[in-house]
Amino acid sequence: MNTSMQRVKHSAKAALFYAGVVLISIIPLFVFAWMVMTALKTQMENLAVPPRLIFHPTMDNFRDVLMGRSFGKYLINSFIVAATAVGVSLIVGLPAAYAIARYRLQKIGLALLVARMVPFISYLIPWFIVFRMLHLVDSYAALVITHLIIALPYVIWIMINFFENVPVSIEESARIDGASYLQAFLYVILPIVRNGVFTASVLAFIFSWNQFLFSLILSGRNTMTVPVAVFQFISYDQINWGGLAAAATVITLPPLVLTLFIQKYIIRGLTSGAVKE
Amino acid sequence: MVDRHVKYLFPLPALIVMGIIVVFPVGYNLVLSLHRWNLASGGTLSFIGLQNYASLLHDERFWNSLRVTALFTVGALGGQVVMGTALALFFHREFKGKALVKAIFLFPIAATPVAVSLIWAMMYNYDLGIINHVFTTLGLPRLLWLAGPRSVIPALIITDVWQWTPLIMLIVLAGLESLPGDPFESARVDGASGFQTLIYLTLPMVRPSIIVAAMIRSIDAIKTFDLIYVMTQGGPNIASENLNIYIFQKGFSYFRMGEASTLAVVLFTLVLVFNIVLAMLRNAGANQL
Repeated sequence: MNTSMQRVKHSAKAALFYAGVVLISIIPLFVFAWMVMTALKTQMENLAVPPRLIFHPTMDNFRDVLMGRSFGKYLINSFIVAATAVGVSLIVGLPAAYAIARYRLQKIGLALLVARMVPFISYLIPWFIVFRMLHLVDSYAALVITHLIIALPYVIWIMINFFENVPVSIEESARIDGASYLQAFLYVILPIVRNGVFTASVLAFIFSWNQFLFSLILSGRNTMTVPVAVFQFISYDQINWGGLAAAATVITLPPLVLTLFIQKYIIRGLTSGAVKE
Repeated sequence: MVDRHVKYLFPLPALIVMGIIVVFPVGYNLVLSLHRWNLASGGTLSFIGLQNYASLLHDERFWNSLRVTALFTVGALGGQVVMGTALALFFHREFKGKALVKAIFLFPIAATPVAVSLIWAMMYNYDLGIINHVFTTLGLPRLLWLAGPRSVIPALIITDVWQWTPLIMLIVLAGLESLPGDPFESARVDGASGFQTLIYLTLPMVRPSIIVAAMIRSIDAIKTFDLIYVMTQGGPNIASENLNIYIFQKGFSYFRMGEASTLAVVLFTLVLVFNIVLAMLRNAGANQL
């Protein structure tokens, strides 16, 4: 009798808890749902008062966005800039992170943290002046260089954290087997931290993909990245909500999908650099 | 001897690249802050010492931007830390679907800020937005949200809290999950109530995670740009113009590079001081334990 009462009480509590879980989870999801719904509505439906929850979904907005206004080119631009920035960050950042972790070069680590506190605009003003002088505004070089400011410190931080968990003895035994330092690093150490390399690459890619301020000033007709393109649509086509929402959906999709792959490591990745002194 | 290869050669390329992309602009930024230079009128660089800094004292738009920065940062960071910690405590237990919940909470963090800001701007629309529609349905008055000088900062804070509470929640949750079980077991044996355990045990123990989360978030909150620029561009008038937006306008609408650089130095100082204070808070806590 008593135990069945307790069981009822227990399951009522569990049901209440799950109701809370669902209600809380709706909050982050709602905005994305609204974005997709707006993208699937016609202009008429988007201007309807009150806003409609039931409607005939149409793919017209997505078709218009992907076909028209060189949006495909902007997607490719974003991809080129992000992929190049990540590639360069890995090439120069991985060995640096390993040395910092291996020899506890903590001053470099601290300098990286301070670099992150510098407002992007402090980097942008000088670089804008330089690129303007060199006629490099609206070039991939200008975008990649500034995006490196975000990607490189991040790759180094995340990787310091992962390299610190690799015992020094592994490098030493590879050395005894006759490997050079570079060989030991490339063929023995790096494979051990491949999850870290993947996490760092994905996070740096997302940061570059989402970057707005540098690209707003330094990109142009030829190199415009997707966040800037969407922002330009707003000023020029303010009332076309369906089209805007479709563009927003298309640019948000890659980062959302990518995070799912690094779910296990993402919090460790985002907090590295701040956790240690 | 050979060891030095790794120690000095491995970090070398990164140091050179960082020197060019980071150290050079920061130095140039400092130098520019001591000059008058209007890029638009093609004027030349003229050294004026600390005049740019001195004139900030009488620059009302600067003080307005500081006020907006402070209000926005305190509101957004406060909301995120309180709600993020509360949610972390709520989710700190084993249940089916926990992995799914964590995945859902990653979405706002990863989403492109420009896209998120755009959708929120639509939702805040006075006539057509879903938020005012829900308000009227509930019998509440329609609000101007982004269009009102008084409501614009709270509206921006709500959006920022929506986007970044999950980050704090996930960091604190990771902190909670890594706590040792023993103290909680003894507290239970000693008959501590759930509330007592929370106040005297859980919160003090998870405090370092909360402060780290606040530090990470504060670095970006003080410098917020995308959200405000996309949603209001600092408006109406200058009601939501934080320091970063003001610097942007100075530099890229008026092309006053010296003054913009001066403001950028001030912004960096703000971020640095705020983080030193938080780091001291964290270390003070560590010594107590």
